[in-house]
Amino acid sequence: MPRNENWTEAQPIVALHDVHKSFGTFEVLKGIDIEVMKGEVVCIIGPSGSGKSTLIRTINGLTPVSKGSVKVEGIEVHDAKLDKLALRRKVGIVFQQYNLFPHRTVLENVMMAPLLVLKENRSEVEARARTLLEKVKLRDKEDAYPAELSGGQQQRVAIARSLCMRPDVMLFDEVTAALDPETVKEVLMTIKDLATDGMTCMLVTHEMGFAREISDRVYFTDAGRIVESGPPAQIFDAPQDPRTQEFLSKVL
Amino acid sequence: MLDLIAPFFERLNETTGLNFSPFYDSYDWGRLVEGMTVSVKLIAAIIALSLVIGVVGAGAQTSRLKLVRGLVAAYIEVFRNTPPIVQLLFFYFGLGAITPQVDMGGWYEPMIGSFGWAVIAIGIFGGSYNVEIFRSGVEAVPDSTKEAAESLGFSGFQIFVYVTLPLAFRICLPALTNNIISLAKTSSLAYVIAVPEITYSLSGIWSDSVNVPEMMVLLFAYYIVLVAIIARVMTMIERRLALPGYGQ
Repeated sequence: MPRNENWTEAQPIVALHDVHKSFGTFEVLKGIDIEVMKGEVVCIIGPSGSGKSTLIRTINGLTPVSKGSVKVEGIEVHDAKLDKLALRRKVGIVFQQYNLFPHRTVLENVMMAPLLVLKENRSEVEARARTLLEKVKLRDKEDAYPAELSGGQQQRVAIARSLCMRPDVMLFDEVTAALDPETVKEVLMTIKDLATDGMTCMLVTHEMGFAREISDRVYFTDAGRIVESGPPAQIFDAPQDPRTQEFLSKVL
Repeated sequence: MLDLIAPFFERLNETTGLNFSPFYDSYDWGRLVEGMTVSVKLIAAIIALSLVIGVVGAGAQTSRLKLVRGLVAAYIEVFRNTPPIVQLLFFYFGLGAITPQVDMGGWYEPMIGSFGWAVIAIGIFGGSYNVEIFRSGVEAVPDSTKEAAESLGFSGFQIFVYVTLPLAFRICLPALTNNIISLAKTSSLAYVIAVPEITYSLSGIWSDSVNVPEMMVLLFAYYIVLVAIIARVMTMIERRLALPGYGQ
């Protein structure tokens, strides 16, 4: 596993610098700078279509950037020579639509990647998977298939599945947007536990109350740019930019 | 077995003239059993080959290399757009003539016999359909599911084998069943290159015993039962692979 020997925890674990991304002629990201320290919880908020999801997907290389630099633990993500596997061990992502493997049981979903990708010992992986399912309170569902679970349960399995790879950073891409209101809370509680345990988390979210509660720092994006960033109290109580003010007045 | 039914069919022949010779004549019985055995083996081999071609072809179609995709497309064009009987004759008489002969200790035999050519020809014919069937399944697997596997560090090959294929297989199973049944029936074309499968053996019997209508009925009955069994097995597979709560 390639490691950047020069990187220390005193430096940002995720660092985006002047990131641009275009789809055809449409420029989605117009120069994004973000730095996240280890253990920090960062929320990205903003109107739909402002490039939030694209932004978070550049961090584990799912979406290639057009220009700029994305570094995780000091390693350039969009270096063509980079071993993508090494990156994906470090960075886990959870999607809006859960995207579980429908043909595998809950336990198998969680175990698949460590077994196939990391080639780890089955009994060790199984023990770890059970611990994680315990953590997301789905231990009794381990033999169920994804389609038998509610959206909130599926999303918690997706979180456990990502965590079983033991990532250093977790990305959450609007993970509660597709859920019923009553199941949103159980997923947010899971993320909160994770943040409390010291996991570095980056969330794209529309849950403003939650963003305010758990974030160390909030970024407001609009039209492919970061308009404003700061501690949640500042962003939510005293937004400086008129666009932030307008957005928050609509959603709060 | 024959001893048990022979008296009845002998009486039937004597009283009504309906001559089911394989059911009382031990020589014809042997030809019938041989024909059924070869037929079943032939069908099994054809289906197996066509499935392998289907999976490999559908995998190759997702290749990043344009040349590989082009080859698969050309293969489909050639073998879907020509009649299987023409392919069979082409393989057996065209390619068969130029394949090396093997020394069998005194006499020479072609390296690939008529059975082998029938498997290759009809297997390749069926495979060209299976590639398209599997492709429709592969394309129906949501990108987001594959992306989740990618984000967990799966290689392209692992995504295909562990995520795309198991889901695609379930999606295209009904279409696959149709093609497998069609192939089972197409196997009777091997008759034209003298593979001793059921159609060929029964035609031998009806030439000797002049009992064409009876043997035709037998042939019909054989295929009806065989296809019913295949359809039943495919339904069982479909049921077994059904995912609780999925797609309902």
